[in-house]
Amino acid sequence: MIPEIGRFCLYLALGLSIVQMAAGFVGPLRANPRIMALSQSAAFGQFLFVAVAFAILVRLFATSDFSVMVVAANSHTTKPLFYKIAATWGHHEGSMLLWVLVLALFGAAIAYFGRSMPDTFRARVLGVQGLIGVFFLLFIIFTSNPFVRLFPVPLEGEGFNPLLQDPGIVSHPPMLYLGYVGFSTAFSFAVAALIEGPAGGLWVRYARPWILAAWICLTIGITLGSLWAYSVLGWGGWWFWDPVENASLMPWLLGTALVHSALVVERRFSLERWTLLLSILTFSMSLLGTFVVRSGILTSVHAFAVDPARGTFILIILILATGGGLALYGLRAPGLPSGRVFGLFSREGSLVLNNILLVTITGTVFLGTFYPLFVELSGKDKISVGVPYYALTFVPLAAPLLLAMVIGPLLLWRKDSARGWVARIGPGLFLAFSVLILTGAATHGRNLLLALWLGLATWLIVGAALILVRRARIGQAPLADSLKLARALPMATWGAIIAHLGIGLLVCGLGGATTAKEEGVALLGPGQSTPFIGRQLTLKDVSTGKGPNFEYVRARIDAVAPGGDVIHLTPERRFYPERQSETTKASVRETPFGNLYVALGDQVTDGRWTVRFYSHPLAIWIWLGGFVMALGGVLALVGNRTQSGPRTGDSAAEVRAGSRPAPATATAPTGAEGVA
Amino acid sequence: MTLSRKMLLAASLAPLLVFGVLAVALYFGLQQDPSTLPSVLIGKPAPAFALGPVRAGDGGFSRDDIRGKVVLVNVWGSWCGACKMEHPYLMELAAGGAPIYGVDWKDDPADGAKTLKMMGDPYVKVGNDQAGRLSLDLGVTGAPETFLIDRTGRIRYKQVGPITPEVWRGTLAPMIAKLEQGQ
Repeated sequence: MIPEIGRFCLYLALGLSIVQMAAGFVGPLRANPRIMALSQSAAFGQFLFVAVAFAILVRLFATSDFSVMVVAANSHTTKPLFYKIAATWGHHEGSMLLWVLVLALFGAAIAYFGRSMPDTFRARVLGVQGLIGVFFLLFIIFTSNPFVRLFPVPLEGEGFNPLLQDPGIVSHPPMLYLGYVGFSTAFSFAVAALIEGPAGGLWVRYARPWILAAWICLTIGITLGSLWAYSVLGWGGWWFWDPVENASLMPWLLGTALVHSALVVERRFSLERWTLLLSILTFSMSLLGTFVVRSGILTSVHAFAVDPARGTFILIILILATGGGLALYGLRAPGLPSGRVFGLFSREGSLVLNNILLVTITGTVFLGTFYPLFVELSGKDKISVGVPYYALTFVPLAAPLLLAMVIGPLLLWRKDSARGWVARIGPGLFLAFSVLILTGAATHGRNLLLALWLGLATWLIVGAALILVRRARIGQAPLADSLKLARALPMATWGAIIAHLGIGLLVCGLGGATTAKEEGVALLGPGQSTPFIGRQLTLKDVSTGKGPNFEYVRARIDAVAPGGDVIHLTPERRFYPERQSETTKASVRETPFGNLYVALGDQVTDGRWTVRFYSHPLAIWIWLGGFVMALGGVLALVGNRTQSGPRTGDSAAEVRAGSRPAPATATAPTGAEGVA
Repeated sequence: MTLSRKMLLAASLAPLLVFGVLAVALYFGLQQDPSTLPSVLIGKPAPAFALGPVRAGDGGFSRDDIRGKVVLVNVWGSWCGACKMEHPYLMELAAGGAPIYGVDWKDDPADGAKTLKMMGDPYVKVGNDQAGRLSLDLGVTGAPETFLIDRTGRIRYKQVGPITPEVWRGTLAPMIAKLEQGQ
């Protein structure tokens, strides 16, 4: 009976999403406030019923109701409750329901928090959001209904992919979806703005908090996924350019570009057309990612059960949403006013460079991901698209982006001079080169790549600090004044400082872990030891035992430093009888300076064990950098919420001094001024 | 510089056109789902080949090595993440006596050798195909891919993506058993 209630909730949610869409489009046309309000109520209702359906699915998993097909196929009574619940979204049907839940959540949140928006605009945004909801609820109901019954009811479930039995399953997919699907808001706001007609970039003011929220969640989601892969796959990798990873990276790259270009529209009334296009494209990447994962069009380690009907359905959604959005853009964009004039060497200019580079990088990732498909279609030569491809394309494009991202925030809006800029950038250049040379010398010139990476990281970290130095006039004004200025800095500026700092930390981690890593392998019997990076690694013993639904072999390994300091490591191999498969559970000791990572391999015929060990210097900063970046986003979001009242005054002096960005107000001139 | 109206219109419609082309490509891509598309070589003899070594001081891998045997030829690379996920299971299968041969694709032999040293070596013989010549002849679209070749040297099956316990028990093991009995 309960599954039928869940199914019924999905039908009701579909009905309400149709109401939300229709009322959202019709209300503004008729200028009828009651119809527009209906769209809001429908958004709440849609969320309520999707949430109830989701809660029901969680309950079915928690109670192991094997009369429901997806539960029988993906769960098992011996599994701990924690993983029974997490299994709700560990398969195609459930994760699509999570997708729609997040979509509906954003819709309801816009209806609730968007009260400051003009009624017609909010109604249109909800209309577009409702339309996406209609598509995906139809998709779930017709091709992926999680409430389908199974008869006869099996006594036991088939179990869960053991790779997914990790705390990562609880946090990674929901966070990722909040980001991925959250970009639907960028799409909805942009399409609503295109329908409404030119509004002087006001739509960006309303859209920015939502885009930021999605960006924060996606940043955290990707970081968590990388951390998970690192600990569970057992070979010390944190990113391997898998199509599904790329599918989440592409919206992140475009979303990052969008967060920056939105800044220009909001503050300087330029780049509006481009930002509209970018908003549509960002969500299209999310849809494309969903398509790649669900259709099985590309081979991936993440692939879900493949069904051509599902692929076709999502392709149709992609064509309707992206095609529709782009067609609307094509019709409306030429009529939009051109933005304000700015020099190439200015804050705007640097943000344009940021966008060009980020979009180009997205293009190369896109090409790398889809190349196998295009090649297959053209029937020509094949190339391998793996790490070598990305090393050749991603790095040369990312390097100028990273170099430029220090320069940009220190430039003045509108127009800047090279001389003033060099004075501002000087300390960063000096420190970056010092670190480069010191690292080079410390490694006796043997690891110049590491020196380059760390020099770049210093450049980024110092560059982030320079924003603060400049804004608070540290060193130029008395300390008390600087403190006062720092305290008065807008939260958004703090957000930029912290987010840029996060990138610096990330680069530091990537540099250390890729250029200075060490790895080794040894066959060890109990009591035997091997030297590794100055430590003596000793296999103490190997024991076996039973977990809730797995059997494990656990090794105890001590890594002893010459000074006597001991690191205890316990790598495991787990065997899951219900799926007849094995997983590796690496043991990692993380310190700010580097990780010692040990994985247990096979037992050879003479009874010894293969033990693999890796040293990843500075690796922890890869993930800490990701989280710090997200924290920067949170600060910017908080700033946006607390400082979103109408701002007045457009002081050219203020703009030129760069102390405070020019505010965007509805009354400010938006007329076509042409591009210089 | 101001954009003329026509240019502006063209620039505004360009994204839609590009997307249109992409959508068509994706549509046709969906028809040729790589995991169901059989290699054009299924049922045909595997091309002749002789690959250089990956493991230092061994003889590499050539077609003569598999003459008269039922074997699996696994295409992998040290750069390939999915291969690393597949690797432990290959080790398990090899320990159980499965005849797995390796083609180290588009890879520096030194990197390939390092991977085998670190993660174990499941291959009876393994050769390096850095130029991608053999893989091209076999119609490899990505790594990992595994070909089942019978005693007469004909390709009987192509597995796209990692070999999982389901693939092994459901497809490969029964096919191998049948091919070994049949002749």
